[in-house]
Amino acid sequence: MNPAVHQFLSLDLWPIVAGTLAAVTCGLLGNFLVLRRQSLMGDAISHAVLPGLVIAFLLAGTRSAWPMFVGAALAGVATVVLVEVVRKLGRVEPGAAMGVVFSVLFALGVLLLEQAAARHVDLDADCVLHGQLETLFWFPPSEWGAFWDWLSWSAVPRQVWTLLVMAALASVLVTLLFKELRVAAFDPALATSQGFHAGVLHYVLMVFVAAATVASFEAVGSILVIAMLIVPAAAARLLTDRLGTQIGLSVVVAVLCGTGGYASATALPAAWGGGAVNAAGAMTVVSGALLLGAVMLSPSHGVFAKAVRRRRLSRRVALDDLLAALYRLWEQGQETVTRPTLAAFVPASTVGRAESDALRHALITTSAPDAVALTDEGMRRGAALVRRHRLWETYLVDRTEQRPDHVHDTAERFEHFGVEPPAGPRVDPHGRPIPDVSASD
Amino acid sequence: MSVGDHTSANVGARTTLTDVGYGWPGWAEVLEVLLFRGGFNTSVVVTGTTLLGLAAGVVGVFALLRKRALMSDALSHATLPGIALAFLLATVLGFDGRSLPVLLAGAAATGVLGVLTVQLILRHTRLREDAAIGIVLSVYFGVGVVLLSVVQQRPAGNAAGLSHFIYGQTAAMRAGDAWLMAGLAAVAVASAALLLKEFALVCFNDAFAAVDGWPVSKVDLAMMALVVLVTVAGLQAVGLILVVAMLIVPPVAARFWTDRLGWLVVLSGGLGALCGYLGAAVSALLPRYPAGAVIVLGAGVVFVLSMLFAPKRGVFAVLVRRVGLRVRIATDHVLETAHLQEQELLRDDESPHSGDPTNLLTEVAAERRWPWWMPHVVRWRLRWRDEGRWVRGALNLKPAGRRRGAQVFRNHRLWEQYLVSYADIAPSHVDWSVDQVEHVLTPVLVEELEAALAERGVPVNAEGGGA
Repeated sequence: MNPAVHQFLSLDLWPIVAGTLAAVTCGLLGNFLVLRRQSLMGDAISHAVLPGLVIAFLLAGTRSAWPMFVGAALAGVATVVLVEVVRKLGRVEPGAAMGVVFSVLFALGVLLLEQAAARHVDLDADCVLHGQLETLFWFPPSEWGAFWDWLSWSAVPRQVWTLLVMAALASVLVTLLFKELRVAAFDPALATSQGFHAGVLHYVLMVFVAAATVASFEAVGSILVIAMLIVPAAAARLLTDRLGTQIGLSVVVAVLCGTGGYASATALPAAWGGGAVNAAGAMTVVSGALLLGAVMLSPSHGVFAKAVRRRRLSRRVALDDLLAALYRLWEQGQETVTRPTLAAFVPASTVGRAESDALRHALITTSAPDAVALTDEGMRRGAALVRRHRLWETYLVDRTEQRPDHVHDTAERFEHFGVEPPAGPRVDPHGRPIPDVSASD
Repeated sequence: MSVGDHTSANVGARTTLTDVGYGWPGWAEVLEVLLFRGGFNTSVVVTGTTLLGLAAGVVGVFALLRKRALMSDALSHATLPGIALAFLLATVLGFDGRSLPVLLAGAAATGVLGVLTVQLILRHTRLREDAAIGIVLSVYFGVGVVLLSVVQQRPAGNAAGLSHFIYGQTAAMRAGDAWLMAGLAAVAVASAALLLKEFALVCFNDAFAAVDGWPVSKVDLAMMALVVLVTVAGLQAVGLILVVAMLIVPPVAARFWTDRLGWLVVLSGGLGALCGYLGAAVSALLPRYPAGAVIVLGAGVVFVLSMLFAPKRGVFAVLVRRVGLRVRIATDHVLETAHLQEQELLRDDESPHSGDPTNLLTEVAAERRWPWWMPHVVRWRLRWRDEGRWVRGALNLKPAGRRRGAQVFRNHRLWEQYLVSYADIAPSHVDWSVDQVEHVLTPVLVEELEAALAERGVPVNAEGGGA
């Protein structure tokens, strides 16, 4: 076997797999946390499992996985229950309730940790925070053929198996209870009225979050858990409006975080000649970068998309305003309009743009230098706009009983929508004729 | 063994193998520390944390009222990259990277950046506040962790001890640090005192404040700046996770005791200061009791006690009030039924209600689904208020009880009539809702109801006959 491949298999493979599995597990569950506005529950739980870990450790006296797992899971569930208790019984605002519970539990954990240190046991608090991905060694078989041998697989780090089981459990939960979780996330009252108690589902979800937190702890640390419970789901939420798609996208983002994070933790610094940086931290940073990308570039909800849409809309409105102004002047007998006259009716900031748009679409012609006139098509659109404006004014005066001198601004906005109020009236509240454009759009 | 030695033992605790057993400090030692006579270092630490607790308690009140308790969580986590960056920058530029002011300046910078990021996310995306806080908290902290691991690779990096800012290391506080913290705390308290009116206005009704011409966003910014100050000041003493607790727990605990903002600020600040003082003292006296954790646990104990036992909003007070109301309502039902039975007996011996009065209590209990303890309590209450007496299992109404029974029945009818004639509710639908209201109608309201119904010409006769 190629030594480079061997090195990859022994040093890098399982950290990548473990990080990705943890990210996927948390990302799956996070979708429902983000939708239920409970994102910070992950934060609270992963801080508050510290005392559970230490107590389990002190009771069991070993660092073996099961006691720690049970202790932390119990602490996680206790956090959820306590937050509910403080919120309901103490009538404390939800955010503050969460803050009180997790920070006090965390303080307890720190104290117990110091006490445990007195008994010559080393539970490293830093490892709880940012994990030990880098320690997941494997001694892979040196020949490809030996991969059929079970023995070589049994040496795979235990954390990977734990995470694999957890990821499978989370997928099963999300698949089996997809319908129920969806209803409960969007409308808890409806869920309860349909016979599956939203509160119970909430606890089921929270138990899974606690379990995922604990399973991920040893390998990736709490900071990556918190990030993965929120960021992939949040990024996916910006990219789509369908829950199924959102969950799929969040998994993709999680996988990208796991692999890309590890690559940027090891390969990038090496390119600059530095040593590898903390992998779990780098995965978090990558998730942040992906989220930033989603915020900026999402086709439906992204900052750029919104800016482009807004710009396009304002250009259309400016064009509409120009055509309507020209039509009104035409009504008063001005077939060609000089620029200074026009400047009194349309805002100077947009008129240049609107004019070139109108020229490009052959809605106006520059008949004389410094003067414009509507073409037939421009006339039709201008008439349609003025018609809509005046119909809206009539509608607002007749149906909503506003005074005639109060309706112009509203109508000025409504005229740009495609909707037209019921036709019929021939004269608007100010006595001006409503153009009839039955053949127009 | 002097207290100073204990403090230093605390610092080196992880590496020594000999100090597993330790004795409890004597009273003299405890007094020394509490009276600031336990050596210079200890006094510095105790003073510093006391002031920090005071400032955090005061500032936290406004964060709580503005529903931003967890914003401080995002803020404090976002300080980590700043600390690491400041260290890296300072060492690259040739300064001492470990100087506290430099590190804290970096912390403040990225902390503020984090808060701004939360605001940007809220403004430009459709993510909610919880997600925005969580994103900033985890991503900034992740950046911090990465930068810390970069710092570790530098020659002087290991000695920097930057990760102490995560969990705090009170005992390492020097006099200069304590002064810095004291200064920050003093600024926070003074500006909270000066701007109390503005803060109160913005916290309780920011829309009104804006309409009234107050610079809401500037006031908001001032509040946030105070939170930043306290967070940064607390980094070294209690660490960036527990400083959040110092900002949240005292105000929430104090909130149980009062509804007045002035008192809330005083109580919360006092509680914070007390916890800081005792926490640092305990930590100085006993090895392996880190100050931050002790302070927060102390505040946590006060919180639990407040939540349970506060006179008006406490869990027990609310429970007592609720049970009291239930008992009163149950007694009312018994009196009402007894009153009705008396009326029926007077009018007609053959009526179906005139059955054996002995099982009155069981009858009402079954009808109203009382818990098992209720009949006993009702019995006791009737005797205590001298409203009725049980003679061989039958209820003999006393004048007071007869009056109350008639009154409840009359209230029932009045409200029923009111709902039927004013709220247009069908007569067959009113009974249930009336059942809950009949017990709480005040005499004034009853008079108004009578007047209103009389105006409509609805007959309501004096004994509560009704329609």
